[in-house]
Amino acid sequence: MAGAAPRTEVRALSRGAHVTRAVLIGTSIAFLGLLLVAPLGAILAQAFAKGWQVYLGSFSDDDTRAAIRLTLLTAAIVVPINTVFGICAAWAIAKFEFKGKSLLITFIDLPFAVSPVIAGLVFVLMFGAQGWFGPWLQERDIQIIFAVPGIVLATLFISFPYVARELIPLMQQQGSDEEEAAITLGASAWVTFLRVTLPKIRWGLLYGVILCNARAMGEFGAVSVVSGHIRGLTNTMPLHVEILYNEYNFVAAFAVASLLALLAILTLVLKSLVEWRSGRTVS
Amino acid sequence: MTMARGFRKPSVLPGFGLTFGFTTFFLSALVLLPLAALVLKASAVSWPEFVSILLDERSVASYRLSFGAAFLAAIVNAVFGFIVAWSLVRYDFPGRRLVDAFIDLPFAMPTAVSGIALATVFSPSGWLGQKLALAGVQVAYTWLGVVVALILIGLPFVVRSVQPALVEVQRDLEDAAETLGARPWQVFLRIILPAVLPALLTGFTLAFARGIGEYGSVVFISGNLPMKTEITPLLIVIKLEQYDYNGAAALGFIMLVMSFVMLFTINLVQAWGRRRQAGMGR
Repeated sequence: MAGAAPRTEVRALSRGAHVTRAVLIGTSIAFLGLLLVAPLGAILAQAFAKGWQVYLGSFSDDDTRAAIRLTLLTAAIVVPINTVFGICAAWAIAKFEFKGKSLLITFIDLPFAVSPVIAGLVFVLMFGAQGWFGPWLQERDIQIIFAVPGIVLATLFISFPYVARELIPLMQQQGSDEEEAAITLGASAWVTFLRVTLPKIRWGLLYGVILCNARAMGEFGAVSVVSGHIRGLTNTMPLHVEILYNEYNFVAAFAVASLLALLAILTLVLKSLVEWRSGRTVS
Repeated sequence: MTMARGFRKPSVLPGFGLTFGFTTFFLSALVLLPLAALVLKASAVSWPEFVSILLDERSVASYRLSFGAAFLAAIVNAVFGFIVAWSLVRYDFPGRRLVDAFIDLPFAMPTAVSGIALATVFSPSGWLGQKLALAGVQVAYTWLGVVVALILIGLPFVVRSVQPALVEVQRDLEDAAETLGARPWQVFLRIILPAVLPALLTGFTLAFARGIGEYGSVVFISGNLPMKTEITPLLIVIKLEQYDYNGAAALGFIMLVMSFVMLFTINLVQAWGRRRQAGMGR
């Protein structure tokens, strides 16, 4: 009899814990389902509302194709530049000790802290008709705002920190013993980077590039401010989605949106693969 | 090892001049100079005009919505984000890894796509909008819609901040407390919550900061009625479209200042968390 009481208590407690577990997991799934899965489902439902034919037909539109081309072009310019920048920044910050380093890291993070609309606004204030360099540019007939260069600049700004941010902590944690050994043994700087550093950071680098690309292709606010929304010329995919949506052309809007959603899913899959390969569990 | 007196500590590794030079040049040209252009433009606006732009009824209404909705959304995320992080860290259930990977969807999804998807789901004729309409609640095209969009955008910040902190919580302390007769809510309040509080606050602040500046996911669901459902970033876009550069620069300047305040707050919270952790480790 004496031993029975504690046992019931243990069982009651574990039953309580069981209920808690079920309630918390249920709440999580319901919350995420409502917030993440329902919108994703809505995109697909709307895109295929009138069947496959109409869905595929949306992509034969010239303006849609131009928007896809412009998005690909922008990413093709922006991602390599920001990748080179990220590697340079990480090398300087992780391999050397210098004054003002933490300030430099804070500055690199700035584009994350600033509203996308501000990111577009600053370039309008610099290169727009009334901007600082506006008259100078007009004299030379160079157009940056409401043209492709403005879109590239705004996208560069907004996707600027991704690669650097992935590489800096990774390279700091890895240290530079191996690089120092290679240099001391007579390897050139370039060979040291390619043969020693690059293999160590490749997964982190890939991870940063994937995120940078997703942001570059998907940016809306910053690009919207500088683009001028000229159909077929300065419309990226996200901007084209907005125009089609506002014209109540829902099937076409959601068809383009479904491509961008696919890009997002692909990004998540690649990201999970990279995390798995590099042995990371929580980002 | 003491710091050398010079700007940089000597190292055998090459490439400092090149990489540091390129980094600072690119950073200055692409980020710092344009931001300085905004500050300059705002400072060129005369003081009375500056004040009248900032205190304009429509501007004040937009701050109230942007800050209020971002705050509410961050609170909802702090609660539900914690529950999600807890479920992912403490429990094993089928599909856990899939759910974990899905948390980052709002980061990966272009904001305009999230925006039109939410507007569709919550519109009065949408799946959820219909059901909510029966209960007399309208989400799309009201301030509630703004909150919903900002919850979506802010969720990953809270979950990804809290997850590593929850992993670190010392389970033996919980077991000890339970053995000594503590009720589950006491264990939660006295052991778990204090341990993850800095991370939770960091996530809350990150989500709040992101919410203040968010544009793409909000403008489709908010309806954009002046004085009612118009967020501050949208007001900047409207002023730009009307070629009111002074107005856009003044509002942009205030938002930039807010971004710096938020950055500073996040750094303070993180420093506080590190001090606490160091204190608890002893």
